[in-house]
Amino acid sequence: MFSGEPAEWMWEGFVTTLQISSISLVCAMLLGIVICVMRMTPFKPLQWFSLAYTEFFRNTPLLIQIFFWYNASHVVIPEVINQWMNDLYYWFPGPFTMFGHQFVGEWVLFNVELITGVIALTVYTSAFIAEEIRAGIFSIPKNQLEASRAVGLSFLQGYRYVILPQALRIVIPPLISQALNLIKNSSLCMVIGVGEMMFQATQIESYHSIPFEAFSVALMIYLMISLIVSFCINMYNKHFMIQVMY
Amino acid sequence: MHWDIVIDNFDYFIIGQTKFDGVFPFIHDPGGLLAAIILAAVGIFGAFWLGLAAGLMRLSQRWWLKLPAVCYIEMIRGMPLLLLIFWFFFLAPVLIGQTLPAFTTTMFCFMIFTGAYVAEIVRAGVMALPKGQMEAARGSGLSQGQAMRFVILPQALRNMIPSFVNQFVSLIKDTSLAAILGVGELTRTGVQVDNREMVASFEIWIAIACLYFMICYVLTSYSRRLEAQLSRYQARDR
Repeated sequence: MFSGEPAEWMWEGFVTTLQISSISLVCAMLLGIVICVMRMTPFKPLQWFSLAYTEFFRNTPLLIQIFFWYNASHVVIPEVINQWMNDLYYWFPGPFTMFGHQFVGEWVLFNVELITGVIALTVYTSAFIAEEIRAGIFSIPKNQLEASRAVGLSFLQGYRYVILPQALRIVIPPLISQALNLIKNSSLCMVIGVGEMMFQATQIESYHSIPFEAFSVALMIYLMISLIVSFCINMYNKHFMIQVMY
Repeated sequence: MHWDIVIDNFDYFIIGQTKFDGVFPFIHDPGGLLAAIILAAVGIFGAFWLGLAAGLMRLSQRWWLKLPAVCYIEMIRGMPLLLLIFWFFFLAPVLIGQTLPAFTTTMFCFMIFTGAYVAEIVRAGVMALPKGQMEAARGSGLSQGQAMRFVILPQALRNMIPSFVNQFVSLIKDTSLAAILGVGELTRTGVQVDNREMVASFEIWIAIACLYFMICYVLTSYSRRLEAQLSRYQARDR
């Protein structure tokens, strides 16, 4: 398991997992902030759109969404983008050396499966992130904003100097656990053939018939990631979680 | 657009290949949405007892009770459900000496997986109660176990109901993972019909997403209403 082909596949899977989850984490953050801001605007249709978006994507399984984006989205996506997505192949860095190991182009293929996985994970996670941010901002009492307006700050200044510094403190731990969920959810992308860690583990299982070892190593890697992250959350809570006084 | 394909196969989405008769389990080979609901219901039932035990064990002062619970909870919460399912699918035959059907495998996995999350809910619910409740119960002569049983848990469990409903919703969403092992539940029926018809992917996946959405959304809004109702009766510090 720790040498030769299985180790190589597992490492590729690990890198692909990190790749797909980091790309979709960044995208999901941006999209989540946009959706959350939409919810807060006074313009009704935007609010309704944001509400429908969060409710729909939070209440349908990720697996269904992945199948939808992979099998069925070509009906709604414009032809140009379909073409572009299907033509992508070996688009990402290509062959390079890392940790003294020569990686051939095969494993970095940035293909339609990876993009579909990124889209599905982004959309799914952004709905959760939008809700978390909104909950954080709403947990600050409204009279704080009113007080800041009364002191003479403008609306944006009130948010910038009074609401957001407090809200961010509350929002960051749940956001980190969302990121953790995202990494775990990225294992679902194996159903459409993204070569991430679970996919590689099943590959190793069927090629070398060592299911126990393959899944043990996958388990260890996932546990390692999540334990490190939850340790960071605890440290964060210890140092920065100042009791907000109402 | 081929919505007629969805309409033709709608009964297949709902019950799959289920056979109903008078022999004991009454429902044989559950499939479709019915299988998803059975999996989720049985899973949350098992997870409740498992989670209650693990959560209380984690709250215990004795290290030999606390350690296994902490290991179980942290390990399950740190791994993806898919990994647990594969793990169980390959490990269970080694442990019990015979192969388990996919349906049973996934059912046990959902219990074990959700149990860890329920344990955290239980722990949070018990810790959220004011300390005075426990002290007063001990002060009036109840033992630690009795105080837990008659004072803390009745209050804590009631406050936890919305979280349980949320966990049930997320379990219903997670039952879709059983499709990867080949259990014929809603997602699997979708894959089957999609592969057979080949032209109606869009309609089929939208229909299935809507089926899941309907159930989950109703439960989510119910839990929100419950939360608002229950929060009025909580014991507070102040």
